[in-house]
Amino acid sequence: MNEELRAALRRWMPQPRWGVIAAPYLWLILFFAIPFLIVLKISFTRMAIAMPPYTPVLEYIDNALTLRLNLANYLKLFSDSQYVVAYLSSVKIAAISTLLCLLIGYPMAYSIARMSPTSRNIALMLVILPSWTSFLIRVYAWIGILDGNGILNRLLMGMGLISEPLQILYTPAAAYIGIVYCYLPFMILPLYATLVKLDHRLLEAAYDLGARPWQAFWRITWPLSRAGVIAGCMLVMIPAIGEFVIPEMLGGPDTLMIGRVLWSEFFNNRDWPAASAVATVLLLLLLIPIVIFNRQQQRQMEAR
Amino acid sequence: MKSQSAAVVLSLCALLLAACGSKDKDAAAPAGAAAPAAAPASKTLNVYNYSDYIAEDVIPGFEAKSGVKVTYDVYDSDEVVEAKLLAGSTGYDIVVPTLNFFGRQIQAGVFLKLDKAKIPNLANLDPAVMQRIAQQDPGNQYGVPYMSGTTGIGYNVDKVKKAFGNLDVVNSWDLVFKPENISKLKSCGVTLLDTPSDLIPIALHYLGENPNSTDPKVIDKAAALLKSIRPYIQNFHSSQLVGALANGNTCLVVAWSGDVIQARDRAEEAKNGVNIGYSIPKEGAPQWFDMLAIPKDAKNVDNAYAFINHLLDPKVAAANTNYIHYANPVPSSLPDVAEDIRNDTTIYPPAEVAAKLFTYSVLPAEVDRQYTRIWTELKTGK
Repeated sequence: MNEELRAALRRWMPQPRWGVIAAPYLWLILFFAIPFLIVLKISFTRMAIAMPPYTPVLEYIDNALTLRLNLANYLKLFSDSQYVVAYLSSVKIAAISTLLCLLIGYPMAYSIARMSPTSRNIALMLVILPSWTSFLIRVYAWIGILDGNGILNRLLMGMGLISEPLQILYTPAAAYIGIVYCYLPFMILPLYATLVKLDHRLLEAAYDLGARPWQAFWRITWPLSRAGVIAGCMLVMIPAIGEFVIPEMLGGPDTLMIGRVLWSEFFNNRDWPAASAVATVLLLLLLIPIVIFNRQQQRQMEAR
Repeated sequence: MKSQSAAVVLSLCALLLAACGSKDKDAAAPAGAAAPAAAPASKTLNVYNYSDYIAEDVIPGFEAKSGVKVTYDVYDSDEVVEAKLLAGSTGYDIVVPTLNFFGRQIQAGVFLKLDKAKIPNLANLDPAVMQRIAQQDPGNQYGVPYMSGTTGIGYNVDKVKKAFGNLDVVNSWDLVFKPENISKLKSCGVTLLDTPSDLIPIALHYLGENPNSTDPKVIDKAAALLKSIRPYIQNFHSSQLVGALANGNTCLVVAWSGDVIQARDRAEEAKNGVNIGYSIPKEGAPQWFDMLAIPKDAKNVDNAYAFINHLLDPKVAAANTNYIHYANPVPSSLPDVAEDIRNDTTIYPPAEVAAKLFTYSVLPAEVDRQYTRIWTELKTGK
């Protein structure tokens, strides 16, 4: 009896390891859950000329506590084609950028993984080093490069390849260049991490059994680096969908992304509720690939 | 599994790097946002104003005179200030919104009613200007004008001359709104302000409609007009156009007067051979006022009054105008304003031009929404 009680007490007493578990949860609650709940709350209100510029959700009038949830903001998102077009265009831009990152990042990660350990560290450093400069400054630098009078155009004209400056800045192409440039390290690092662990003997065995280099790559290297490919694609795709700064600075007026729509709802229309609804739907949209990723991982773990 | 966990660790490193990158951006955020606690007789003042919008010696002069330490932060769009004001507790004691934004913010209850006895220099203000402002701030209770300017046409003198033979075209909005004209400048670049609240009223005024119309059908006429010239517009941007015009990357802009004049001066300094002009078209153009106002939750109210009073001093107002090239509303400052600025008809428009200028008014939320909608469709070409 006494033993049981003590055991029960021990189970409910604070234990040191709880602190370790609590830290990430506390972080998650403080910096994700609470802000998200505030956004969610605002998305159910109506805009008003007041401080803050929306109506309260809970009101206490005549001894009655009334909860008023305004669904109009969400209905608008689905009935107005502007939002659907912007969401789709964001996903498209993010998907193409991710693919480009993969095409550029895979060979880079592969060759870094095949280097000798010393040069490998230098190469990795070179991948990470640009991130030490502010992101904003790096995007600004691209304006100087792609400009009509910029470095690229002057170089090409100096070489006699073109006679008129190319209009790259303020076109979707510039937005792709900016996004691929900024997110490339996020693709290379996870790819490198999986490729560097690759057992070379497997490839040798494949060659011994008569595989051609391409065959060996597709049947050995590629499947074994899938985890890195998926991690890299997630890391690029998810932030790219919500990207605002790069398309805004480089992309020109016809690069419509959901971040821009959110901005104009919030700042131009002063419609915080509609902006919150856009943000909530965006979050749900981003959750889908994460859930797929998790499922995939679980299936892999079960398979082993 | 090992490879995967390594992938996760490295990914986390990458995310941390990204976080470092964004930290730099945060550092650029207003340092004065966390206002010092109110002391009985505080010696601090937090001012939030447009960038490049005050003469260099004005703040040191005020600090020396009053012993108050000024924290001066800057922004580049009314929208950003408004979002902060509406969220509350900005920590700022003085903000400088544009009149039409200011009007709506009064309705939202953002500002403190001014104690006019504490601003003796109010007597220096131009009564005609105060009367125009009273349309949005009845009785001039909440704000004091700081500077005023116009939204007009900025152009690259040589490029326009090359395309048209002379400069007569810049005196009319026809240059912007007639496809046969603007198409001639497409190759050298056309940039418009990225603000529907400037461009739609201008288009309405050009069509002979009320620029502040709230009739959706009338506003759609402006949308159709803007759509007809969309193929010739390279970009929409409110702050990059100064640099683009000065570098010769764009040859025609619709922009705020002071920005174009700034671009002109920058090009002159750079000696890059780019000549820039500004014109207020003969059909008339928007005139706007930027208003000094004190948020309700300001902590250093007395210092704010003292600073506003300082800015209305004729000598100080003249110094500001000489530096930023916008017209101040203090007529007695004119003798101290540099002659070339005083006689510049684009800064101090003559009476017959001034008569055709119009002001923006506060628009209902549905109209704002229609504006934004038109703008998104216009920019994306849908």
